[in-house]
Amino acid sequence: MAALSTKPHSHGAVVPVSSRAAHFTSYDVNAFEVPGGREEIWRFTPLKRLAGLHSGAAATGSAVVEVNAAPGVTAETVGRDDSRLGTAGVPGDRVAAQAYTSFVDATVVTLPGDVKSEPTTVTVTGAGEGSVAYGHVQVKASQFAEGTVILDYRGSGAYADNVEILVADGAHLTVIAIHDWADDAVHVSQHHAKLGRDATLRHTVVTLGGNVVRVTPVVQYAGRGGDAELFGLYFADAGQHQEHRPFIDHGQPNCRSNVVYKGALQGEGAHTVWIGDVLIRVAAEGTETFELNRNLILTDGARADSVPNLEIETGEIEGAGHASATGRFDDEQLFYLQARGIPEDQARRLVVRGFFQELIAKIAVPEVRERLEAAIEAELEAVGA
Amino acid sequence: MATLEIKDLHVSVVSEDAPKEILKGVDLTIKAGETHAIMGPNGSGKSTLSYAIAGHPKYTITSGTVTLDGEDVLEMSVDERARAGLFLAMQYPVEVPGVSMSNFLRTAATAVRGEAPNLRHWVKEVKGAMADLDIDPAFAERSVNEGFSGGEKKRHEILQLGLLQPKVAILDETDSGLDVDALRVVSEGVNRFKASGEVGVMLITHYTRILKYIEPDFVHVFANGRIVESGGRELADQLESEGYVKYTGTKEAAALS
Repeated sequence: MAALSTKPHSHGAVVPVSSRAAHFTSYDVNAFEVPGGREEIWRFTPLKRLAGLHSGAAATGSAVVEVNAAPGVTAETVGRDDSRLGTAGVPGDRVAAQAYTSFVDATVVTLPGDVKSEPTTVTVTGAGEGSVAYGHVQVKASQFAEGTVILDYRGSGAYADNVEILVADGAHLTVIAIHDWADDAVHVSQHHAKLGRDATLRHTVVTLGGNVVRVTPVVQYAGRGGDAELFGLYFADAGQHQEHRPFIDHGQPNCRSNVVYKGALQGEGAHTVWIGDVLIRVAAEGTETFELNRNLILTDGARADSVPNLEIETGEIEGAGHASATGRFDDEQLFYLQARGIPEDQARRLVVRGFFQELIAKIAVPEVRERLEAAIEAELEAVGA
Repeated sequence: MATLEIKDLHVSVVSEDAPKEILKGVDLTIKAGETHAIMGPNGSGKSTLSYAIAGHPKYTITSGTVTLDGEDVLEMSVDERARAGLFLAMQYPVEVPGVSMSNFLRTAATAVRGEAPNLRHWVKEVKGAMADLDIDPAFAERSVNEGFSGGEKKRHEILQLGLLQPKVAILDETDSGLDVDALRVVSEGVNRFKASGEVGVMLITHYTRILKYIEPDFVHVFANGRIVESGGRELADQLESEGYVKYTGTKEAAALS
């Protein structure tokens, strides 16, 4: 059924140059060519603004990683030689391989098995404006563990990292990655999630700050019954580039995935990119998957690219679908709210808040939810909407 | 004493090529305590009249005036018109995903009343108003109009009418698509609003059936962008038996036979 991937798509999705199955991966940076910008996986990314992360820039500093671990959760700083590292997945592009080749030590957070843990926060603060740093984080939920890990990225500088997410059999793990960088920051990140039998991952990416942020979450299944929900919420202002490239690799039977990314854009040169890849391999019978991307363009001069790709190698699936829509503010909604006396600025805020509400409501950590609501409010204040 | 005064109103809609004139000189005065039924065939411009008064951006006023108690309505923004005391119950209420009905109602009431209503009184007020319209309390937590049936949407329009207490309400085909029970419930809501104070009602309808529940003081026949005949209740009865053929030259029923 590989022919599916070479047929023109009926509603505008771009046909991948090659199957996701043939996508090259390696731990070694030198195994990758330096990208020139025309490659399929780099064509949307402003390479000139990556501070050399893609072309061999050496580390000139290091990010500060602080872990606020919940009771029972262990947090370790380990060397490159720790045998647990690199087990969740292999870097899929040159920057991820550069980060893997260059990191000095890694942070390993382990949730204990068979108990429910309180949220743990890993705060990564950039090495500072003008500096380059590489990092590595591994989050592991042991068998039947249940808990939440928040990755909180902030500060300045250029940073590339790999985040390993191991969800053991029967574990329920929530990961929330918040990219709330300073205006100068550049961050290229690959997340490698591996789900065991009957494991559940709820993964949320939030991107607010930074000059360029590119996040590639990859999900693989190691057993039947895995369930992954990938949510994304982003808000791009003038000059910001935010790129999200979720890839769900269904290689096991009876697994489920659901991807929902929503973004708002405002200001000249605000650019968001969403590439949603789903591959259902021959072995993945009984797969159920859906991916959705919605973009709300609030002002002129902003651009949203949205490309869903779905490759299906077996017909024996429960269901597979995708949807993508990018639109301007709905004037009818504004009119309706205003016709009830609500001033225009307040009406706009209600509509934008409403747009994100579905995702915010799914964030189970009240502090994070409130922080996001406040951040969206602040973004809207900034443009005077 | 609220008075809505429409004088020689001409309105165009911007279509793909050239602007098209839809209202061709509407004159109408609605005083507090009066209910005016505007009846007309499809495409006569009835809905345009309601949207133009409410300030929908799609319509351009090319000449004429609209005043509410002497204030120039056409100079006001959409929300200012609502706060000045105008209300439009829409034929097709808009869905606003992610905004709960309760949040929406409270935000609107705060805007129109000029201050946030006391929370305890407000909860009671909304519950009571919903019960009056046979609306399940669970709707308060649903997104505005999202996934509502036609009848549920209309009930919620009248719910807003009751809570926002305008001076003049324009009801745009509020009866369309309602079954008998819903029509009765919605009409009772309008009658409660009428009884609540010195308010004016412009009731736009294609059919006469809602006039069995809501008694009009004046009936106007709307055709080809203007009022072509005005009278009392008897005019509606005449339309019921004869239809709009006299005004349009084509046969179109005003009664559901």
